[in-house]
Amino acid sequence: MENKRLELSDSQLKWETIFKRLLIAMSILLLVIIVGVLATLITESMPSIKSLGIGYLWGKVWDPIQNIYGAYPFLIGTLLTSFIALIISVPFSYAIAIYLGEYNPKGWLSDTLKNAVELIAAVPSIIYGFWGIFVLVPLVRTLEMKIGVLPLGVGVFSASLVLAVMIIPYGASLGITLIRMVPSPLKEGAYALGATRFEVIRNVIMPYTRTGLFAGVLLSLGRALGETMAVTMLIGNSSAIASTFKEVLFGPGNTMASVIANEFAEADHTLYLSALIELGLALFLVTVVINLIGKRIITRFTNN
Amino acid sequence: MENTIVKAENYNSYFGDNHVVKDVNISIHKNEVIAVMGPSGCGKTTFLRGINRMHELIPGATSKGKILLDGENVYDMNAIYVRAKIGMVFQRPNPFPNLSIYENVVAGYLLNGIKLSKADKDAIVEKSLTSAALWKEVKDSLHKKGTFLSGGQQQRLCIARAIAMQPELILFDEPTSALDPISTSSVEALFHELKANYTLIIVTHNMQQAARVSDRTAFFYMGELVEFDDTKQMFTAPRDQRTQNYITGRFS
Amino acid sequence: MEPKLGIRNVKSMIFKGVIIFFAFLITVPLIIVLLYIIKQGITQVNWSFLTHVPAPTGEKGGGIANALLGSFIMVMMASVVAVPVGILAGIYLSENPGTKLAYYSGLCVDILQGVPSIVVGIVVYFWVVKPLGGFSAIAGSIALAIMMLPIIIRSTEQTLKLLPDSLKEAALSLGVPYHRVIIKVIIPCGFAGILSGITLSIARIIGETAPLLFTALGNNFLTMKITGPMDSLPHVIFSYATSPYDDWHDLAWGASFILLMFVLTLNIVTKLLTRKWKIQL
Repeated sequence: MENKRLELSDSQLKWETIFKRLLIAMSILLLVIIVGVLATLITESMPSIKSLGIGYLWGKVWDPIQNIYGAYPFLIGTLLTSFIALIISVPFSYAIAIYLGEYNPKGWLSDTLKNAVELIAAVPSIIYGFWGIFVLVPLVRTLEMKIGVLPLGVGVFSASLVLAVMIIPYGASLGITLIRMVPSPLKEGAYALGATRFEVIRNVIMPYTRTGLFAGVLLSLGRALGETMAVTMLIGNSSAIASTFKEVLFGPGNTMASVIANEFAEADHTLYLSALIELGLALFLVTVVINLIGKRIITRFTNN
Repeated sequence: MENTIVKAENYNSYFGDNHVVKDVNISIHKNEVIAVMGPSGCGKTTFLRGINRMHELIPGATSKGKILLDGENVYDMNAIYVRAKIGMVFQRPNPFPNLSIYENVVAGYLLNGIKLSKADKDAIVEKSLTSAALWKEVKDSLHKKGTFLSGGQQQRLCIARAIAMQPELILFDEPTSALDPISTSSVEALFHELKANYTLIIVTHNMQQAARVSDRTAFFYMGELVEFDDTKQMFTAPRDQRTQNYITGRFS
Repeated sequence: MEPKLGIRNVKSMIFKGVIIFFAFLITVPLIIVLLYIIKQGITQVNWSFLTHVPAPTGEKGGGIANALLGSFIMVMMASVVAVPVGILAGIYLSENPGTKLAYYSGLCVDILQGVPSIVVGIVVYFWVVKPLGGFSAIAGSIALAIMMLPIIIRSTEQTLKLLPDSLKEAALSLGVPYHRVIIKVIIPCGFAGILSGITLSIARIIGETAPLLFTALGNNFLTMKITGPMDSLPHVIFSYATSPYDDWHDLAWGASFILLMFVLTLNIVTKLLTRKWKIQL
C-alpha cells in the first residue's frame, strides 16, 4: 500500500511538471501569435513600403490598373466615418451610462434597457450592413435628392450612421461601470449641500469619471476603425476623392478596412497586394495603440 | 527516540527575504496532542505548513533545515507523498462544493484517481465519519452535497476527509476560530478521541483552547520557538518571561 | 446673484428628460432592425430552405444548407482549437498573476481583442491559404479560433480568480497533484463561468464575415471537405445581399433571420450560465 502510494506520487510529480509546462506553453503561444501577426503584416507589405515609401500615406490616387497607389482617400474615409460615428454615438453612450449608472441602476426597466444595449452589440455587423442596404440607403437616397447631391444612397453618411449605432454599446457599458464607481460619500456630500441631481452629475460625477470616459471614447474609436462588413456594404466603394464637403459627406468613399475587403481577392500583382497589406498593417498598429492606451487608462482608473 | 513522530532540526522559513520562522528545534511523540500558540504573525502557522510542505506552494516561500517524519526528512521526500501522508484541517471549513458528502470523505482517493471497491469506500466513509463524530448526523444524506451542513459539521467533514487518508499525523490550522462556541466544543471533544489513533498538532490563537486540549504546548514569538513544555507546566509556571507575558495577556 | 432654487430644479428635470430621451431613443433603431429582419426572414424559412443548397441563378427556391453545415463545421473546428488553448492560458493567467509572462501574454490578449477581424483574415491567408494552395475551411476555422481566444481566456481567468484559495489548498493538502487540483476541483467548480465564456465567444464568431472572406471563401455545394472552400451563414448573407438577384436577396433575409436567432439564443444561454455561476459563488 505504501509503495503504491509512493509510486503514484512519483508519477504524479512528473505529470505536474508536464502540466505546468503546458500552461506556460499556451501563454507563450499568445505572444507567438501577436508577433506572428505583426511579422506577417510587415513582411507582406515590404514590397510596397520599399517602392512607394512614406509618400504612400498622402498619395491621393489609387489606381491599380496603372499601378499607382496612395492611401490618402482611405485615411480620409476611415477618419471621417469613425469620427462622425463617434460624434453621433457619444451623446447616446453618455445618456445610457448616466441613466443606468446614476438615475436608475436597478429594476426591470433598467434591466430591459441594459439588455437592449447588449443586444445592439450582439447583432453581427453583416446583418447591420444588409439591413442598411435595403432600409437605410433608400431613405438616404431620398434625403440626397432633396439636398441636391447625387442620390446614390450609399456613402460615408450611411456608413457613419450605422457605425454609430454599432459602437454605442461599447462606450455605454464602460460608462456604466465608471459612473457606478463614483464613491457615494462624494455624491452624498454634494446632495447634503443642496445640489440638484443635475448639478451633482455635472460637478461631481462628470469630473470624477472624465478620464475614464475619455478612455471609453478611445475604445469606441478603436472599434469603429476596425469595423469592416457593415461599412463595406454601405460606403459605396469609391477610391476617388471628392471636392466639396457635401460630396465628401454624402458621396461614396472607402475606408482602409473596406478597400481591403473589396480588393484583396482581385489583387493580382505583388505591388497591389502589398499596398493593401500595408493598409492592414497601418490599421493594425493604429487600433492596437488606441486600444492599449484606452485599457491602460481604465486599469489605472479602476486601481485608484 | 522510537516514539518520536515529528522532529524539526534547525528549521527556518522565509517569505522572500523575510525570515519568518527562526531556527526551530522540536520533537513530538506519537499520540500526543500538541498546541502551538503565539501572537499574530509569530510564525506558528508558517511553521505548521512547513511540516506538510504546504508552505513552499506560496510563490517566493522557501525553507532551510530538516523536518523528520518517522526519521525521514520530508524535504528529501516527494512533496505530494508527504502531503498525502499528513492530514491537514484549515481555519475555514473547506469541503469541496462540487462533491457529495460521501465523495468529500474519500476525496483524497477520488481526486487522485485511486480506484477502490464500493465496499472499501463505504467502509472508509463510515469509519471516518464515525471517528469525526459526524456519522449519525449525515448517514442518511451521504449523497447530497454538504451545503446544508453547519459550520461545525462542515469542519468535522473536513476532519473525516483528512482521517480517511489514514495519516499518522494531523495538522490543524486554527480549526475552530471560524466556528461558534457550540461547534467549537464539539471539535475540541473530538481532539480527545482522535488522540488514541493519531498525533495532533493544533495551531491556535486561543490560549484557553491550548490549555484545554493539549498534552504539551509550544509557544512561538516573533518566529522563535520560545518555550515547549507540558501544558500544565507552561500555564502555571512558564520558564520564559515572554511566555509569562503572553499568558497574562500583556500582548495577544 | 445665486440662481433661484426653482430654476435649478427645472434645469435638473430638463436634464433628466434629455437623458431619458437619448437613452431610450437607442432602442428605436434596434427594434427597427430586429423587426425588419424577422419580418423579411421568417417567411423564407421552411424545411426546403434549411435542407437545400442554392438554386442556379434565375431559378426559384433553393436554400442555405451549405452555409448551415459550413458554419457548423467551422465553428466546431475553431472551438476544438480555441477552447483548450483558451482555458489553459486562462488558467495560467489566473494562477500566476505576478509573473512577467503573465504580464506580456495578458497584454497580447488585450491586443488580440482589438485586432480588426479583417486583419486576422489577411494574416491567416498568408499562414494557411497560401501554403496549402487554396481556400479551405481549415483556414477559416483558424481565423475564427484566433478571434475566440481573447474571450475564452479572459472569462476563464476572471472565473477562476473568483474561486476561493481554500479550495485549492484543501485539495493540495490531501496529496493531490497540481494538475489534478485544477482539472478535478477548480475547473468543475468554475464550470458555469468558463462555459459562459465559450458560448459568448461562439456567439461572437458565428456572425463574423471578414475573417472568412479570404480564408474559407464560399461554396455553393454542400460539402464536408475541410481542405476546400466552405460556405458559412455570414458569407452567404454577404454574397446574396450584394448580388443583383431578388431571389438571392430573399435567401439572404432568411439566412439573416437564422443567424440572428442563433446569436440571440447563444447570448441568452450565456446570460443564464453567468447568472447560475454568480449564484453559485
